[in-house]
Amino acid sequence: MSLKRGSVAVVGAAESDLGQVAPHTSPVDLMAQATLRALDDCGLKLSDIDGVFSAATQVRTAPMTLAEYLRIKPRYFDGTAIGGSSFMSHVAHAQAAIEHGLCEVALVAYGSTQRSVSRAAASPREFNPYETPYRPFMPSSAYAMAAARHMHQYGTTREQLAEVAVAARKWALLNPKAWEKEPLTIEQVLKSRMVSYPLTVRDCCLVVDGGGAIILTSAARAKSLRKKPAYVLGVGEALSHANISSMPDLTVSAASESGPNAFGMAKLKPADVDMLSLYDAFTITPILFLEDLGFCRKGEGGPFAASGAIAPGGKLPVNTSGGGLSYCHPGMYGLLVMIEAIRQVRGECDKRQVKDCEVALAHGNGGVLSSQCTVIFGSDATL
Amino acid sequence: MPDLMKQSPYGTFLEHCKKGELAYQVSTDDGKAVFYPRVVAPGSGSTHLEWRVSKGLGTVYSTTVVYYKDEKPLNVTLIDLDEGFRMMSRVEDIDPLAVKIGMRVKVRIHPGDEKQPPYPVFVPAGRGA
Repeated sequence: MSLKRGSVAVVGAAESDLGQVAPHTSPVDLMAQATLRALDDCGLKLSDIDGVFSAATQVRTAPMTLAEYLRIKPRYFDGTAIGGSSFMSHVAHAQAAIEHGLCEVALVAYGSTQRSVSRAAASPREFNPYETPYRPFMPSSAYAMAAARHMHQYGTTREQLAEVAVAARKWALLNPKAWEKEPLTIEQVLKSRMVSYPLTVRDCCLVVDGGGAIILTSAARAKSLRKKPAYVLGVGEALSHANISSMPDLTVSAASESGPNAFGMAKLKPADVDMLSLYDAFTITPILFLEDLGFCRKGEGGPFAASGAIAPGGKLPVNTSGGGLSYCHPGMYGLLVMIEAIRQVRGECDKRQVKDCEVALAHGNGGVLSSQCTVIFGSDATL
Repeated sequence: MPDLMKQSPYGTFLEHCKKGELAYQVSTDDGKAVFYPRVVAPGSGSTHLEWRVSKGLGTVYSTTVVYYKDEKPLNVTLIDLDEGFRMMSRVEDIDPLAVKIGMRVKVRIHPGDEKQPPYPVFVPAGRGA
């Protein structure tokens, strides 16, 4: 049995407050704020929610804690926690639950106060006797080693990595909600503080507070709600490892499995996609995902990014929000990755709106390139 | 299968480190090297795992240099051992940025300290190694 293309849709989507929130704000405060905004977006009520999906590093029992806070009693709940791609996974699982009548209105929510409390406090690393003694600066060092290997095998350059950050910044300047407000140059990226060679601080995602929420329901019910539905056309989920020392090939992520699965379900191919929302935890990740999802050949992600293709005015808009590099990155950023794709399909993106955006692909990454989950959204024209 | 009431995979690995050895496992069903040490062979689920001592020679698969505040730059690498397994480690006795992918390296057991038990690090293998 497999999931049905377009059987469910996202009907409500919203961020919580982003950036640096007031002292003592809790991650669940942010989830609740985003939930109310997402409900307002679609016109549904709190009491309509009967499925809760959540994960957060600061809230170990996220669906339970959120249900208590909102005082809702979900018929169905799922706390799948595989890092930043957890929420793409939640969408896939919510689709299955809705198709099977296990719930009708699903909430997917996230919140983090990592800027306020520090990353070390928000996401303490697990001890691993085979990695911890070497003191890698995780997760950055894992992505740095992926970048180094990609550079070694394919001739990818630090300048090409920097192009990803510069393109993200150009998009961010079109997004009033973006954290970064000033232009960025290749040279500035290269000369910034080195974090884990070859990645400087400008090759790394932001550390901000924030969260988000989306509401999904059946395609039938979606039609009667306030906004244009963003239909779930395809989903794919894949795990390849947990620790970077167990990743089979540092230049190939499991997006090479999740992507084809999502495309197969959606009956679409990369050429059908109007915009991409790719989890850009580090500048190397969009390069890997462009390759692994089939938008360019393996090894050509660096030149592809450097060609201007992914920046405003390019042939393939990527991370129009400004991404985790320049818009916001409150820890596990996958939910925000989807929110931008949903808004593009709805045509709500104002100055950064991709013209005639009917199909948007959101790709989530979790851990250290460990979990890869893809969701393809489409407008009603794609059904 | 080891009796986890008596000995753990990491416990055995650590005993070897204390003797100056880098230990790994081999799944005797298919001859494949297993690392990190486990109670079952990954994939097959076989419990036919034998401990071996590595010759300690390997090749740098990837490398990075971490810049912690107020500290000397620190090398972190992934090393492919000649016996067919990969592990995280550090290459010492060389400028951290001079550690290159493809470089041949040889194991040395770091003595650790009161908090950190002994653990394997690597040094450049040099000519003829």
